[in-house]
This record gives sequence, structure tokens and C-alpha cells, in this order.
Amino acid sequence: MAQLIIPTPLRKYTANNATFTTDSITIEQAIEELTNEYPEVKPHLLDASGRIRSFIKVFVGEDDIRSLNGEQTELKDSDVVSIVPAIAGGAL
Amino acid sequence: MSLPIQISPQAYDVMRQHAEEHFPDECCGFLYGHDNDVSRNIMQAVPVLNAKEGDKRRRFEISPQDYMKAERYALQQQTTLLGVYHSHPQHPAIASEHDLKQAMPYFSYVILSVMDGKTADIKSWQLNEANTAFAEETITANFKL
Repeated sequence: MAQLIIPTPLRKYTANNATFTTDSITIEQAIEELTNEYPEVKPHLLDASGRIRSFIKVFVGEDDIRSLNGEQTELKDSDVVSIVPAIAGGAL
Repeated sequence: MSLPIQISPQAYDVMRQHAEEHFPDECCGFLYGHDNDVSRNIMQAVPVLNAKEGDKRRRFEISPQDYMKAERYALQQQTTLLGVYHSHPQHPAIASEHDLKQAMPYFSYVILSVMDGKTADIKSWQLNEANTAFAEETITANFKL
């Protein structure tokens, strides 16, 4: 089963769980399974049209899914999927 | 209402030195420690590269690779990634609209104001429960600016 790493700021919406294991075969299905299990995390991951929000990146291992097959990227049992929030800001 | 935040002198020194060394650019880094019933305790500050391309005097950005390393570090060290610090060169330590746009819940956003190369102020901010605005966190610390 693939393993999703939940970023620390979103763990309050996943019962403080740092990881989520899934037998989904694509990123899209894995995210859907996660948000079905923990509905409160959904608005932080997906936009109104159900796509991954622009300021959230998803990596399979070290590879951004945008350089793979996007949300249709297939998962293998040994894959570790990181959900990565954009961290940015500035004075003005 | 967030917990009062305690910053260790060591963590403060790392942030202050980092912010002053990179003046007039913004610097950034991660904050680790733990929460208990009465306070949020920041024990360690770890500088990371400001990955913003171009002018870094008013902007910072942390790469996804550095973010993933930070989460792994926290899991390995059995500590908690509590937030992010960054500097505001020649500006007050007030969270900006730009800071708010990309802020995550739960994280403390510690901001150091650096005026003419010297740290002038430090404040910490966290999103409110509705995730619509920043609320200032109370810093209780045994260090002096």
C-alpha cells in the first residue's frame, strides 16, 4: 500500500495522524479516499472544482506529480506520497 | 485562541543572526519544538534557503524539497514542525496581506523586523480558527532584543 505523508499544519483535520495508507491506484483516488475519511481536510487540499489547490504540491518520492502524469499518476505499493503546502510570504 | 509561545534563547539567536546576515534580503527557516497544555515551545530554529527568484528584499519562498526535508526531520527527531520564521527588512514585524494569502493553519509565523541591519522587533502570528485573518500570538521569552 502507498503511504501519504500529511503535512503538519493539516494534521488537525486528520485526527493528528501523520500518515495515511491507501491501496488506491492513482493520486486522484488516493486524495479522494483521504478526503472521504477526513472531510475537514478537503477544502485545504481541493478547490471548488475538485482539483488539487494551486498552492498544494504533491510529490511521489522526490518527483512532483506535474512532471509525471498529474493527478492520474499511478501508485505502487512502495510509494511515499508527500503533500506539500506552499510556504511563502513577504513584507509587502 | 492560540497558546502563548515560548522561544528558546538558542532559537532566537539563530533567527536573529540569520536575519541580520541576510539583510537587506528576507531570510526564512523552520521552527521545531512541542506544544503542551499551556504553551507552544519553540526549541530550535533551522535556517533554509530563500528560494524566491529575483528580488528577495520583500519576498521569501521555501522550496518543496526543503519542506519535505523539514517534515522528515521532525518525524525522525520526534519533534514537531511548529512553524516558519522570516524577516521583514526595513519593515515592521507585522504579517502582511501577502503573508496571509499563503498561510497555513496551525503554524506559527514568526517575523523579525530588521532595521538598518539590526533586529528591532519580533512578533508571531497564527491564522484564526476560520483561517481568514492572522491573530498575534503572545511571545513569552527570556531573551532581550
